[in-house]
Amino acid sequence: MISIEALNHAAGTTQILHDITLTIPRGGLTALIGPNGAGKSTLLNLIAAQADVQSGRISVDDLDVATTPRTQLAQRMAVVAQRSDIASRLTVGDLVEFGRWPHSKGRLTPYDRAIASHALEVFDLTNLSHRFLDEISGGQRQRAFVAMAYTQQTDWLMLDEPLNNLDIRHARGLMGELARLVREENRSIVIVLHDLNHAAAWADHVVALDAGRVAFSGAPDQVLTAEALSTLYNAPIQTHMIDGRKVILHHR
Amino acid sequence: MSGSRIYGAYALCIVSLTALALLSVSIGVAQFDLRQLFTNPADLELLLLSRGPRTLAALLTGASLAVSGVIMQLLVRNKFVEPGTTGATEAAMIGLLVVTLLAPGWPIFAKMLAACITSLIGILGFLALSRVLPPTQPLLVPLVGLIYSGVLGAGVTFVAFQTDLLQYLGTWLNGGFSGVLAGRYELLWIAGGVTIAAYFAADRFTVAGLGPTTSRALGLPYRQVMAIGVTVIAIVTSLVVVTVGLLPFIGLVVPNIVSRLMGDNLRRSLPVVAAMGAGLVLFCDILGRVIRYPYEIPAGTVFGILGGIIFLWLLLGRRRNA
Repeated sequence: MISIEALNHAAGTTQILHDITLTIPRGGLTALIGPNGAGKSTLLNLIAAQADVQSGRISVDDLDVATTPRTQLAQRMAVVAQRSDIASRLTVGDLVEFGRWPHSKGRLTPYDRAIASHALEVFDLTNLSHRFLDEISGGQRQRAFVAMAYTQQTDWLMLDEPLNNLDIRHARGLMGELARLVREENRSIVIVLHDLNHAAAWADHVVALDAGRVAFSGAPDQVLTAEALSTLYNAPIQTHMIDGRKVILHHR
Repeated sequence: MSGSRIYGAYALCIVSLTALALLSVSIGVAQFDLRQLFTNPADLELLLLSRGPRTLAALLTGASLAVSGVIMQLLVRNKFVEPGTTGATEAAMIGLLVVTLLAPGWPIFAKMLAACITSLIGILGFLALSRVLPPTQPLLVPLVGLIYSGVLGAGVTFVAFQTDLLQYLGTWLNGGFSGVLAGRYELLWIAGGVTIAAYFAADRFTVAGLGPTTSRALGLPYRQVMAIGVTVIAIVTSLVVVTVGLLPFIGLVVPNIVSRLMGDNLRRSLPVVAAMGAGLVLFCDILGRVIRYPYEIPAGTVFGILGGIIFLWLLLGRRRNA
């Protein structure tokens, strides 16, 4: 369980997160939703120890994020950042193997290699393993970074808008794979999503942020209502049930 | 890149370095015959006192400059920087100049230490400068580096001019190996040792090259790796300036060529970077010895021309690709 208590965060003079108190359950896929600038990425980065906690407290299971050594956190939690601009030329296979870094520090065992090559298979990258990162498409690179995080084999997986650059097949494939990780490997996943239908289709738990505050949170069937979403995004949004599944309409 | 191809590359490096080294000890004004090495004491003496040290100095210089270049590129996350184009060399010269003016009697090792410290400060200054540049404009980084090193260099020249040390400065500016004899190059072994030590941190540098976010996510102490890298660069730069002088572009050209061929996984590529740097510097030294035989052109000058052309080609070629 991730528990966040009285978290405030400011960038310069702008207050980004206001007094957030929140728990994210273990063993589920939690979607972070909300309009642009709501503080989703900031919250994810703070949980992932990418920025220092200014005031408040975040703990992942029994570890306080602010005081736990990075190496130990990296064995508990893997992170896929929103924008991974890469200046170095690594092959996809090498990048994914570096996911074993927190465990092996570069001395890869056959077990490490087996996990990495399994990750390549899972994320449909085996054919690309010898290609350099600067020679593949943005979506393929995105999948390579998710595969690297998967290779870390952590209890928690944090992803910031991983569906960016992905086509329909790969977006669906990635979400399905994440849901499988939760179901079969008992991982816990926190994912920033813009696509509400993916949130409705795959998430076990939804947290909606609005202007740095938690607007609502809970099971998607209960909290993703037309009224709540229309207020959250300040736009007319309808929800319908089609074949027993919730579909969110917002295009016109 | 498959394992067999990498070992092929390593083998090629060893063979060509051996050939260049043999060529290097055989070329020079004094008579020398490798076959009489053990029968003619004069030949052995020449090898041990002059040709051998000169060859080793060129190899050590080239290898360590190329490696510090690639480390700098990973730390700055920009392919177009190296210690010689970002102020590290000029900052080392400031240290040397200050010691020469204030404490001329200090031993060479103390001078080198002073150069190392000012070089470290110079690199940190450049890193701070490169942080504020917009990441969307990668070419700004090398340009700002050139200006920064130009400003520092102008300061060095001004002080040297005022204090009648211009000639002295000239020996640092034109890197060459003609003055290398046994007893006058051994500091370079430290540069070689630091380079080998850097190899043990190769994976760390590779991960750091993925950027601070990914480094932190993998639990790598990013600042610590930065500190190691900056120290390696400062030590190598100051040692090279003190013993042989300025050799620009090696740290720029070699890593870029190797990166194109085999990528940036330093665990694999660092030996090739070192070997190619060593080979190119030795090649330029040999070339400088034979072009105007029996006179010499400093290796730094030869590589300045060669490296400048390759650098331009890399810059322009990149724009065409992008």
